[in-house]
Amino acid sequence: MISINSYLFVTVLLFCLGLYNVITRSNAVGILMGVELILNAASLNMVAFAHFNGNLVGGGIFALFLIVLAAAEAAVALAIVVSIYRQFGTIDVEEATNLKG
Amino acid sequence: MAEKLFSLIYLVPLLPLLGAFVNGAYAFSGAKLVRPFVHTIALAAIFIPFLITVGAFLHVTSLPEESRQVVVTFFPWLDVGSFKANVEFLIDPLSLTLMLVITGIGSLIHLYSVGYMSHEPSYARYFTYLNLFCFAMLILVMGSNVPMMFIGWEGVGLCSYLLIGFWFTDSAKAAAGMKAFVVNRVGDFAFIVGFLLLYWTLQSKGHATVQFVELRNAVTHLDGVMLGSFSLVTIVCVLMFIGATGKSAQIPLYVWLPDAMAGPTPVSALIHAATMVTAGVYMIGRMSYLFSMSPAALNIIATVGFVTALFAAIIGFTQNDIKKVLAYSTVSQLGYMFGAMGVAAYTAGVFHLLTHAFFKACLFLGSGSVIHAMSGEQDIQKMGALRKHLPITHATFFLSTLAIAGIFPFSGFFSKDEILWHAFNHSKLLWLIGVTAAAGTAVYMLRMVTLTFYGESRVSEEAMHHLHESPLSMTIPLMVLAFLAVFGGFLGVPESLGHFFGLHESNLLEHWLEPSLVFPKEALPMASHATEYFLMVFSLGIAISGCLIGFVLYTKRKDIPESLAQKYPKVYEFIYNKYYVDEFYKAVFVNNLLRLNDFLALFDQKVIDGIVNGTAYVTKIVAYVSGWVDRTFVDGLVNLTASVTSFGGIIARRFQTGRIQTYLYLALGAILVIVFYRFG
Repeated sequence: MISINSYLFVTVLLFCLGLYNVITRSNAVGILMGVELILNAASLNMVAFAHFNGNLVGGGIFALFLIVLAAAEAAVALAIVVSIYRQFGTIDVEEATNLKG
Repeated sequence: MAEKLFSLIYLVPLLPLLGAFVNGAYAFSGAKLVRPFVHTIALAAIFIPFLITVGAFLHVTSLPEESRQVVVTFFPWLDVGSFKANVEFLIDPLSLTLMLVITGIGSLIHLYSVGYMSHEPSYARYFTYLNLFCFAMLILVMGSNVPMMFIGWEGVGLCSYLLIGFWFTDSAKAAAGMKAFVVNRVGDFAFIVGFLLLYWTLQSKGHATVQFVELRNAVTHLDGVMLGSFSLVTIVCVLMFIGATGKSAQIPLYVWLPDAMAGPTPVSALIHAATMVTAGVYMIGRMSYLFSMSPAALNIIATVGFVTALFAAIIGFTQNDIKKVLAYSTVSQLGYMFGAMGVAAYTAGVFHLLTHAFFKACLFLGSGSVIHAMSGEQDIQKMGALRKHLPITHATFFLSTLAIAGIFPFSGFFSKDEILWHAFNHSKLLWLIGVTAAAGTAVYMLRMVTLTFYGESRVSEEAMHHLHESPLSMTIPLMVLAFLAVFGGFLGVPESLGHFFGLHESNLLEHWLEPSLVFPKEALPMASHATEYFLMVFSLGIAISGCLIGFVLYTKRKDIPESLAQKYPKVYEFIYNKYYVDEFYKAVFVNNLLRLNDFLALFDQKVIDGIVNGTAYVTKIVAYVSGWVDRTFVDGLVNLTASVTSFGGIIARRFQTGRIQTYLYLALGAILVIVFYRFG
């Protein structure tokens, strides 16, 4: 029987990878992928807890919502990335400094 | 009609004020001088009041004796606690007499001034002052309470100052004005102290009043009030009399009057002979109820008066300035008036005031006419034989001289004789002084007339060239005044002589004035008619012989006075220099005062300025220290705060990169720290 700790270990790993990605990348698409990883780590966490608490439906629904949310987020974020590219000719976030005071 | 006259009475002082105002504004505006405009206004401003006064006089004479005292209230003025003084006029025989003199003689002198000042550039200014003087003098005389009288009293002093110093570019004349003002100030101070003393005492007795009519009853409550070892009334009377000696040029404050001759001659006639200088006499008459309560004060007044009469008459012998002789003669005649007041012969004093106003105004105006004709020469040693050149002036001058010398039946005889008669009843010594002064008066007046109009001519060629009789505007007043000087005495023919002239009522003036006056309780025993006749003849004899001596000494026997002067040079010098009184005052009062001034100036410079500068210096040092503390500590603290903040900013700025990754990084770090603390 796989214990919950194994799941949690995976989710933590996933989360840390995503976070690392977000913090270190300057490529907007790379950051976006990091964010997807964090969201997925959360989804996995939800499902894992639901499974071990015997309440599959609550956690599943949460996971489902997260997937939809991630899709919507990816759509919007990619649109922004495209328009950033149009504006600056690059998708490096370090270059998009128009709002800097 | 009658009531209307009283309601018009306020115009009497108001019109001269208005005239002064108009001419003053005119003079001030610097517009082109139109002489007829100026003198028309000035003359109207004094002549209309004269007509009103005559109307009021005629009306009052028709009233029964006991209602001949009318108080006309104009408007309320001071009302402070128990101190109530309204602007109101007291119309009674005494004030009416003076009002007639002021407006009547004032009109004549205004008219005379038109001719006399015809070459004067400051014509409008002159008439401004003259009208202003008439206003002040009328207020003095008409005011129904002491504060109003005092305002007039000060006002005439001011106008006298302005007119003596009329030609103020001449520093000697300006100084004469100042002297008059300062000497008067000494008297005025005593006057107001006396008045306040009277008022306070009355207030403490519960009879506070300043109104003359009410004072008459109120002062009876002062009987027996003592202040130290003197009775209060005596002190008040003496203080007020000192005020009178200032204004009316009596010993010891007479010194300003001879110097006051620096003013234009009509001014000398109006202010320094006819009106202002008699203010003291009027004041004593007005307050006769007070003075009658104090025989001691009356004695002082009588003594001072008669001594002044003799004292000034002697100086008159040696003076060579025609106006100075008249000035000393004025001092001397004023002495007679005070002598009369002092022996409680108030009517005689006012009578002499009246006749003196006539003949002395005439003499002054006559001397003005002479000076005018002589192109400004005032030294009688440089005149002589002017009789032919100035016939009208000579005639009027001569008649007035006979009047002042006391020759029967000219006005001076009656008034002077009445005074001497009362003096004789009071004290033989005073009478003797008075008679001596009268003899002196006759001699020095004739000396002046002789040196001016008779003998050989000592007129300089140039002055001879311009010699001319004065214009009509100057001779008419002379003739009117000479007429009054000759016949004015018949207003006060003594009872003992009345039946000789077939008069129904003798001594008109005495009866007329009686309601205004209060005499001492103890009437003096009067000597018999025989004595009176004898005294009359005696003083007449003295006057006539004085005149003859004066005439002879300065025409045929000119060697006698010269040899006398040579024989007793010290005495002559002493009198010629007016007993060195001016020098004495200068040494004792003026110089010491100046020394005190110097000392005070030095004190001011060294001590007061030192303290002030020291304070400033200390403040400067304190300010320096305070500034240093401010700069070092306070500013330091402020700057420190700023530095710390800015240093903090430099540090904090490092974290604010604008990169989201950095923030996340920091957030992660923070979470790790929290987790470490919480669970570690």
